[in-house]
This record gives sequence, C-alpha cells and structure tokens, in this order.
Amino acid sequence: MSDMINVKINGFAVQVPKGSTILEAARAAGVTIPTLCYLKEINAIGACRICMVEAAEMRGPNLGPARMVAACVYPVTEGMEVQTASPKVLDSRRKTVQLILSNHDMKCLSCVRSKNCELQKLANDLGITDADFYAGSKSESAIDDSAVHMIRDNNKCILCRRCVAACAVTQGIGVIGANERGFITNIGSQFNKGLGETACVSCGQCIAVCPTGALTEKDFTDDVFAAIADPTKHVVVQTAPSVRAGLGECFGNPIGTNVEGKMVAALRRLGFDVVTDTNYGADLTIMEEGNELLERVTKGGVLPMITSCSPGWVKFCEHYFPDMIPNLSTCKSPQQMQGAIIKTYYAEKMGWDPKDIVSVSIMPCTAKKFECGRDDQSASGYPDVDIALTTRELGRMIDRAGIDFNVLPEEKFDDPLGIYTGGGLIFGATGGVMEAALRFAVEKISGEKLAADKVEFTDVRGVEGMKEATYTVGDLTVKVAVVSGLANARKLMEKVQAGEADYTFIEVMACPGGCVNGGGQPIQPASVRNFVDLRELRAKALYSADAAMDLRKSQDNPAIQTLYKEFLGEPGSHKAHEILHTSYVARKV
Amino acid sequence: MAKSIATIPFTGTPTQEQELRAVIDALREDPGCLMPIMQKAQEIYGYLPIEVQQIIATELNIPLEKVFGVATFYAQFTMSPKGKYRISVCLGTACYVKGSGVVMEKLEEALGIKGGEITQDGKFSLDDCRCVGACGLAPVVTINDDVYGRLAGKPEEIQEILAKYAD
Repeated sequence: MSDMINVKINGFAVQVPKGSTILEAARAAGVTIPTLCYLKEINAIGACRICMVEAAEMRGPNLGPARMVAACVYPVTEGMEVQTASPKVLDSRRKTVQLILSNHDMKCLSCVRSKNCELQKLANDLGITDADFYAGSKSESAIDDSAVHMIRDNNKCILCRRCVAACAVTQGIGVIGANERGFITNIGSQFNKGLGETACVSCGQCIAVCPTGALTEKDFTDDVFAAIADPTKHVVVQTAPSVRAGLGECFGNPIGTNVEGKMVAALRRLGFDVVTDTNYGADLTIMEEGNELLERVTKGGVLPMITSCSPGWVKFCEHYFPDMIPNLSTCKSPQQMQGAIIKTYYAEKMGWDPKDIVSVSIMPCTAKKFECGRDDQSASGYPDVDIALTTRELGRMIDRAGIDFNVLPEEKFDDPLGIYTGGGLIFGATGGVMEAALRFAVEKISGEKLAADKVEFTDVRGVEGMKEATYTVGDLTVKVAVVSGLANARKLMEKVQAGEADYTFIEVMACPGGCVNGGGQPIQPASVRNFVDLRELRAKALYSADAAMDLRKSQDNPAIQTLYKEFLGEPGSHKAHEILHTSYVARKV
Repeated sequence: MAKSIATIPFTGTPTQEQELRAVIDALREDPGCLMPIMQKAQEIYGYLPIEVQQIIATELNIPLEKVFGVATFYAQFTMSPKGKYRISVCLGTACYVKGSGVVMEKLEEALGIKGGEITQDGKFSLDDCRCVGACGLAPVVTINDDVYGRLAGKPEEIQEILAKYAD
C-alpha cells in the first residue's frame, strides 16, 4: 500500500503523506485554512471550530456525503474531497468568531496586540461587519498583574488553551489551566491565586503562543523613555544575542534576518547614551563559567555543572529541583554580568557614579524582568540591570519614536562593551553556550590553540530538545548534554538525580530552541508557526554571523582580556566573584 | 456561579490523611485515577480543601492547578465543607416557579453566606438542589433529613425554622 494519499482540496488534486491532517493537505495544495486553538506540536485539541471544512470521504466505491470536520485534527483518507471555503464553511466560521466576540472586550484600539492579533485578523478576513451580532452578557474578569513579568487580562481570552499547553506540555510546569465550566470557564491558577503567587518561572512561552492580547509582558517602555529624557542620568543599554535575530520581524523583515547594525542605529536614535552588547557579557560568562567548570573538574566540585544563563531555567530549578542548586554555575547570566560591568568597571572608566546610571537591557526574554530584581545582583550597590525590556518592547519604542527602522544605516556598538566574539553571539541558540564553553575549555585543557577549522562543535547544534556529546581532550573525557524546553530539562534532571546520567556539563535553556525562541521575541501567529520552525531560522542568523567572524572564541575577545588586565585580575578571582557571581534560593512549588 | 472555596480552617486528622494516602497508593497506577481519588478524598473529608488537593497533586506528581481545574469543573466536587446542618433549597422547576429563588435569597440573608458556602462557625451550609420529589409542597427546603414545604411568601417562617437548630 502506498504511503501517499490522494485528496482533492477545493477540486484540486494533491498527494500527501498518510497521516496528514486536512490542514496539512490544504497547505500542500496552497490553501490556508484559518485556525485558532491549534498550534503545531503544542496544542491539537480541535476545540475552537474555526478550521471547520466540508469533507466527503469514500464509502465503498462511492463518495459519501460532505460533513463538517475540524481540519486541524482530522486525518485525510484516500479519495477525500474537501471544501475549505464553501458558503457553509464560511458561515460556520463567521458564526464561531461572532460567538467568541460576544464574550470579548473588543478594545482593539488600546490593545498591544492590535495588528498582530489572530482574532482580529480572523474577524477581518471573514468580513465580519457586525461584531455585536450575538450581544449578551459578558463575563468580567479582574486583570492579574501579580507576576513581575506579565499581565493576564481574561477579558481578551478566547479559551483556546494554547497557553495552558505551552505551560504544561512544552515547559512541563502547568501552573495555569482551565478552571470552572461553561460560561464562567476561565484560565487561571490553583485556588484562583495570582500567577505571581505560583511556581511560574516567568519564561513567557504562554505569551508567545497567545493569539490575542490576553497575555502580555509588563511594559516598561515609558520608564525607559523617562530615563532617557532625564539629563541627570546616563542611560546605558545592552542587547542580547537573539534580539538582532528577532527584532527585524517587528518591521516586516523575513524571519531570521540579522538586523544588528540597524538595531544599534535605532538605539542611538532613541537617545541611549551608550549602546553595548550583551555578547560581551556572554564572552565574559564563558571566561568565568569555563574557569568554574575546570575548577570543579580538577578539584572535585559538584558535577554535573549546569549553566545559569537562562533565568527561567534557574527559577525552575529553584522551585522544582532545589536539590540541584549546588549543580548550578554560580556565574551571573550575561545580562547581569554586562550590567555589573557597566556599573563598576565602565562607571569607573567614565568617572560616573553608579547611582546615576540607568542600566537597560533588551532581551528576548520575559524572565529577565524577574532576574534583574533578584537578590545578590547588585555588584555596585545598585541593581546591575534596572529595566529589562523584551524585543517586542524595543520594537514598540522604535515605532513610538517614529523611527523608520528599515531605512536606518548599519552602525556599530560602542567600545569597549560592544566588542564580542562568535562565542558570545551564539549564546542565543540552544547549544550555543555549550559550544562557546567547549571552544574555551578544549583550548584551556590542551594548552594548544584551537585551529580555525576546529572551532565548530556541531554535535551540540540543532533544535532538538535534547542533545548529548562526548569529547576527549588529552586524558580528560567530557560528557555534555544540552536541553531546551523545561519539560526536557525536567526529564534530564530526573535522570541525573536517579544516577542514570554521568554528564560533566549541562546546558539548559528554558525556552525550546533557546533564547531565539524566547518568550520576549516578536510573536508569530499560528499560521506561521504551524509551518515554519522559528527556532531554526533565527538560530541560523546567529550561526552564519559567527561563521563570518574573525574572533570566534570568547577568550580571544581583546576587550575581555583588557577587562581582566585592568580590573578583574584572573577569571575566578576574588573580585570576579564579588562582581560576576551570585547565589540561589530554594523555592516552593 | 464560581465554586466557593472554604475560608474556615482545615481540621483534617492524621487518620483521614492516612486513609487518603492509602487510597492514592491503591489507585495511582490506574490511568485516569485522578477523579476516583478525588471522589474518595471527598468521602473521607466531606470536601476538597487546598490541603487535600495538594496531597493528591504531590503524590500523583501533577500540578495542583490540574486537580483544582477538575474540582471546579465537576458539580460533584465541593471545596466548601458541609455544616452540621446542611440546608438544601430546591431550585427545581416546580419549587422555582413557586418562589424558591426568594427563599434562597432570604436564607442567604439570614445566614450571611452565599449558596455553596458554610457559616464561619461550621453550623450551617447552604446549597441549592434539583427536585427532592416533594413538588406538591413547593417551594421545599430540607435541613439534614427534615423537610419544610410551602414556604412561599413566609419570610418569618424561615427565621423560626433556623431557630430550631440553635444547638
């Protein structure tokens, strides 16, 4: 029997692999079927009924009657004939959207997701001219702003449960779910607690999958505009590796466009006094973390050592695996290292009082908003980072300031905190920290320069949630693992705890695919996510930029070498510990 | 109406907890064991307070929200304990057209609680129910095993009835 199935979509024949859904078959025929609750690999519950189509299947030798089915979950069968936009189908979709709108606040004008809202687009596409068609009582929900990083406004929630699946399935956490039933069904937390009172790790994957404005990051753009306008403040900004791989999407660039030069130009035009690159902080992280790893290996410290760059992962570890806290690297994350250096070394160099510096970060991440407020993250006596913005917030600032992003010139970061190597740059992709660390460790252990054609450790690359590799350097064997997505991290930690894994070093990124797919990145609708791998495209932007660089090893960063010479001494020095390392706390579930 | 959640202190005993843990141990390997466990837990405690739901969540290694979601979805689960005197107001069709809605309001007023709740002293709990099979007496209220009928337009009678349960 053939593995291919013949179907007709709107009268046009197409062959698709057995097991394909109608949605996938239609895509192969060049037809888009709108969806709302369906999200590839995350949520396939066939609940919202937006993707309804008419499908007729073979009954014996004859074609049976057409029936309405949900295209997202209905598999194709041989000889099936599908109508995706018949009057009956369009009428059904329109009624469904009107029913959703009947319990939606419809405040598009003041909604941050306007123009990027899947519900709004559906209503427009379906030609809905009467949004109040099913006028009736609406459920009113209090806004939950108890978490430091995000806001839930259930008045805009359509109960698609994509956030629930992202939290429970992708991240293996499940602090949100559907409560009550019928008209009062609502997405919330146990015993109706605010999200801030739960063991939420702030990863923001729920925001990234929300089709409407129900879930949004806490917006601090006005605080940044105010700081910039304050003549007594030096406003220093840093941008994470992944921001340059995502920001372009806010301005219509193809996914995976590296917009580093224009981003720097935009930050200058917004009025930031100094524009620095978190890649520098990432290079610095490698020096400290690489050194810590070698010390643990040679001096019998706690192994496996686990990276601490991802604040969502760190918080997850504190809540769900407190016993593993000694395994976490004590290194601050690149964001916090960069901030710490801005307010100590750089402030000293510039003759600035750290209290007059406003340290702003642009991150692909919502957990960074939590991280910058953590204890033991104030090297200068003031917070290393004052305000952490997401990539999306930066996009909004650029729009609000009237900057025409796409015509900006390409500019360079300010020296010296904008100098970086390829090692720092690839931090944004899953496996990147591991690869940068290997570029450092192999050279350090062998005592020999790593040849230019040997710097790529491709075993740890790729979007798979779980990767492992073994390297032998001299007489030392290093077994490493790389995981992204916290459900994968949970599985790996359970293995480590059970003594079933003997890794030396583990990289964990909270978000699937790493920071390029972080909860603070530009939101792509399901119509894109269902067919394109964002992780891969954005990661490619980083890896190809790395491949084109002369300096690819963090230890070769001349600005970092100067930093140690002028200020820190050696990696792992007392001063480095005071400024660049931190501590963790066990938290409750 | 959203399910009410008890605000009175949890008074579970070690024996009850032992019983609950035995139930969980007996059922934990069965697929779909959550609801049977919750049903047994409610039999043991009379209701499902957060303390009990937390034990279930921890033991089954599932998020507490998942337990709570099920507890709020199904009408059979209650998160408010029942009082020494369990008042049920029939809101079935016959009683309702005879004015049991008003009776419910009067009881809520008199007890200072809403339907589904319990008084702070644990004495009275108030719920609605559907048809107790005494439509000829509509509107009907039951208090434990006592039945009171024909309560339409007799607000003073409600006070008198409650007064019978002074102890």
